[in-house]
Amino acid sequence: MGLVGESGSGKSITALTVMQLLPWAARATGRVTFDGIDILAASEDQMCALRGDDIGMVFQEPMTALNPVKTIGEQVAEGIRWHTKASRSNAEDRARKMLDRVGLPSAQFPLSRYPHELSGGQRQRVVIAIACALKPKLLIADEPTTALDVVLQAQILDLLRGLVAENRMGLLLISHDLAVVTEMADRITILRHGEVMEAGDTARTLSEQLHPYTRQLAQASMHVPARASTKEIGQGKPLLQVDSVTRDYPGRRTSLLKRAAPIRAVDDVSFSIDPGQSVALVGRSGCGKSTLARMVLALDGPSSGTIRFRGEVITGKSEAELRPARRDMQVVFQDPYGSFDPRQKVEKLVAEPLHVLEKEPTSAERREMVAKALHEVGLSPRDMDKYPHEFSGGQRQRLSIARAIITRPRLVVADEPVSALDVSIRAQILDLFAELNQKLGIAYLFITHDLTVARAITDQVMVMHDGRIVERGGTSEVLDHPQSEAAKALVAAAPDLHRAIARRLQEQG
Amino acid sequence: MTLHIDMSEENLAGILAKAFRNRSFLAGFAITALVAAVAIVSFFWTPFDVTRLIIANKTQGPSLAHWFGTDHFGRDILSMIMVGARNSIAVALVAVGIGMGIGVPLGTFAAARGGFVDEALMRLNDLVFAFPALLSAIMITAIFGPGAVNAIIAIGIFNIPVFARVARAGALAIWPREFILAARAAGKGRTLITLEHVLPNIVTLLLVQGTIQFALGILAEAGLSYVGLGTQPPMPSWGRMLFDAQTRMVAAPWMALFPGMAIAVTVLGLNLLGDGIADILDPKSRRQR
Repeated sequence: MGLVGESGSGKSITALTVMQLLPWAARATGRVTFDGIDILAASEDQMCALRGDDIGMVFQEPMTALNPVKTIGEQVAEGIRWHTKASRSNAEDRARKMLDRVGLPSAQFPLSRYPHELSGGQRQRVVIAIACALKPKLLIADEPTTALDVVLQAQILDLLRGLVAENRMGLLLISHDLAVVTEMADRITILRHGEVMEAGDTARTLSEQLHPYTRQLAQASMHVPARASTKEIGQGKPLLQVDSVTRDYPGRRTSLLKRAAPIRAVDDVSFSIDPGQSVALVGRSGCGKSTLARMVLALDGPSSGTIRFRGEVITGKSEAELRPARRDMQVVFQDPYGSFDPRQKVEKLVAEPLHVLEKEPTSAERREMVAKALHEVGLSPRDMDKYPHEFSGGQRQRLSIARAIITRPRLVVADEPVSALDVSIRAQILDLFAELNQKLGIAYLFITHDLTVARAITDQVMVMHDGRIVERGGTSEVLDHPQSEAAKALVAAAPDLHRAIARRLQEQG
Repeated sequence: MTLHIDMSEENLAGILAKAFRNRSFLAGFAITALVAAVAIVSFFWTPFDVTRLIIANKTQGPSLAHWFGTDHFGRDILSMIMVGARNSIAVALVAVGIGMGIGVPLGTFAAARGGFVDEALMRLNDLVFAFPALLSAIMITAIFGPGAVNAIIAIGIFNIPVFARVARAGALAIWPREFILAARAAGKGRTLITLEHVLPNIVTLLLVQGTIQFALGILAEAGLSYVGLGTQPPMPSWGRMLFDAQTRMVAAPWMALFPGMAIAVTVLGLNLLGDGIADILDPKSRRQR
C-alpha cells in the first residue's frame, strides 16, 4: 500500500495516527482498526505493546532516528528485550541475525558499532532492522529513501521488498515520489490537503489517471521543460575552465602531532563550460560534487590545479580581486530554508549580490532591481517587505533564483536546487531555470543525483565518482547508453515512472 | 564600506506595536523602570538620611515609620535600598557593558577568522577565566585602590571572556549555514557578514547572557563591598547590606530579606525585559502573541 501526496497533504500525520504518536495538540476522530483492535480507543499501555511488536516504523531521516550514544546492537536488541522479555544474550543473538539480514554482516558491523560510524544508507538499514526485529504485521515507512541517493534508494527499496515478502508483512509506504511507490506498492492512495483524492490498484490508477489531481502529479513527475535544442557550442572561449583540480582534506588527528592520511575529495578533475551551456554534474552523495562546486565558486581553494573563469584565473586570489568574477557567477543552494538569513527581509536578501557591483546602487535603484528580479522568477514585487519564513519551499527557491540572477551573471551553480521540493513545484522551478537559460543566456552547472532533473534541463552530463569525472557527454547519450560502471549504476537505480507502470501492468498480465 | 541599517517608520511602528502586545516585555519594562525610578528619586529624597546613625533605633522590625525596619546602626532599610539601587545598578550595568563591548567583538572575530587567531584568542580567554573572578577583582582594586569605579572595571574585565565565549559559540553555529555561504558567494567579506548576518542571529543569546551577567555583577559588587574594596561606607549598596545582615539572619531577618528581594526583583525585571526584546526582534514572532 502506498500513500502519496505533496508536502503538507497529511501523509505523515496519517501514519502517526496509526501509531498513536500524534502531537498533543492534534485530535483524531473516526476509526483506525488494526488486527481487530480499535487503535484510537486503545490506552497508552496497549499501544506500547503494539508499537514495535506488531507495527514497526521506519523514519525519513536516518541521521536523527538513531540514538547517538547507544551502540547499534543495543538499539536493535532493545525492542526485542522489551517486547519478548528475552534475556540480553538471547536478544543480542536475534539482533545479530536481523543485522545480517539487512546487509550489515558481523565481520564489518559488530553490535558494538555506534551510529556515527555508519553512513546514511547503513544507518537506514539499522533503522529497518529495529523496525523489523520482531516481524511486525505492519511496517510503516515514512519517506524511507528521500534522504539517500538513487543507488542507495534502490538498495533500500530492494531490502524492504524482500523483508515484506519474507515475513508476509503489510507495508504502508509514504512518499512524494510516484515512481518509488509504483515500484513498491500494490495499492495506492493519493492525498491532498488531508483528503483522499483517489485510491485503488497502483498500476490501474496511474495508467488511467482518472482523477485530475492524479494526472497532475503524474505529469509533474515526468515533466520536461520545453527548451530550444542545444545551441551552437564551441563559439569563442569557454566560460569556465577547470584544469586538473585536486582538493585534499586533512585527515583526522590521531594524536597530538600525527594526522591520518589526507582525504582526497576531488581528484584531478578537468572540464569546461561554454557560455550559455547547461551542464549537469551527477554522482552519488559523497563523490565530491559539492566540493567541486565550492571551488568553482571560489568559496574554497583547490589543493592543486587552476580554475579559470572568463579566461581569468580565480584560484588563489584575494576576496577583493575576486569581486569582478563574483559579479558574473552566482549560486542556488539545495535547502530553500537554510539559505536565507531568517532575520532579514526579502529586499535585502535578494539584493545581497548587488554588493559586488562597481557602483553600489541607490536605495531606489536597488528596490527597482529587486522588483524586477522578483518579477522574473514569478513573484510579486510586493513580496519585497516580507521575511523568508512567510514563503513556502517553492517560493523560497524562487527567491533563491532571484538572488542569483539579480547581477545578470553568466554562470549559475545550482547545488541540488530541486531535490527538497515536491514534484509539481519541482516542475515549475525546472521550467523557470530553462526559461532563464533561454532568455538571459545563463550557463548552468547543475549538481544533482537525480537523473530526471539532469535529463530535463541540461545539454551535457558529467558523471562523477570518488572524486573523479568518469564520463562526460551529451545528456541523452550518457543517460541512455552509459559507458562507465558508475554511470550504469546511477541509470539502473533511477526510479522511472513509465518503466515502473509498464512493469506492473506486465506482471498483472 | 557603507552599512545600510534601514529603519523605516513603518518598521519602527511595527516594532512598537509588537512591544505593546508582548507581556514579558511590558512586565520587564515596568519593573526595570520602577527600579530605575527609585534610584533616581533617591538622589533628591529618601524617607530618612542614610548617613545618620541612630543607635537607639537599631535592628527594629518593619513598622509604619520604618517600612522595611532598621539595621544594626539604626538606619532605615528602605532608604538604604533606594540609595543602594544607584550603586548596584550602575556597577552591574557598566560591567556588563564593558564585557559585551569587548567580549562580543572578540568572540565574533575569533569565530570569523578561525584557525590560529581563534585558538590564540580563546586560550587567552581561558587564562582570564582560570583566575577566580572575585580574587582577581580584589587584586585589581588592591592595586588601584578601592572604590566603585575600580570595582566596575574589575568586574567588567571578568565579563569579557564570558561574552567572548558565548558570542563565539553562537557565531560558530551560524557560520556553516547556507545563507552565510550565499553571502560569501555574493562577495561579502567577513566583517560585513558578521555585522549583517551573524550578530542579528545571536543577539537573543547575548541578551539572555547579559541578564545573567547583570545579576552576577550585583553579587560581585556585593562581594567586593564585603571585603571593603567596593562601595565605600557610608554609601550603602545592596550587596553590602546583604553581607551586613548575614550574621544577624536570626535576630533581624528583614535586614537580609529586603535587599535580597530588591536584587531578585531587579534581576527578574531584566530577565523579562531581555526575553521580551528577544521576542520582538525575532521576525517570526511578528504575527503571534
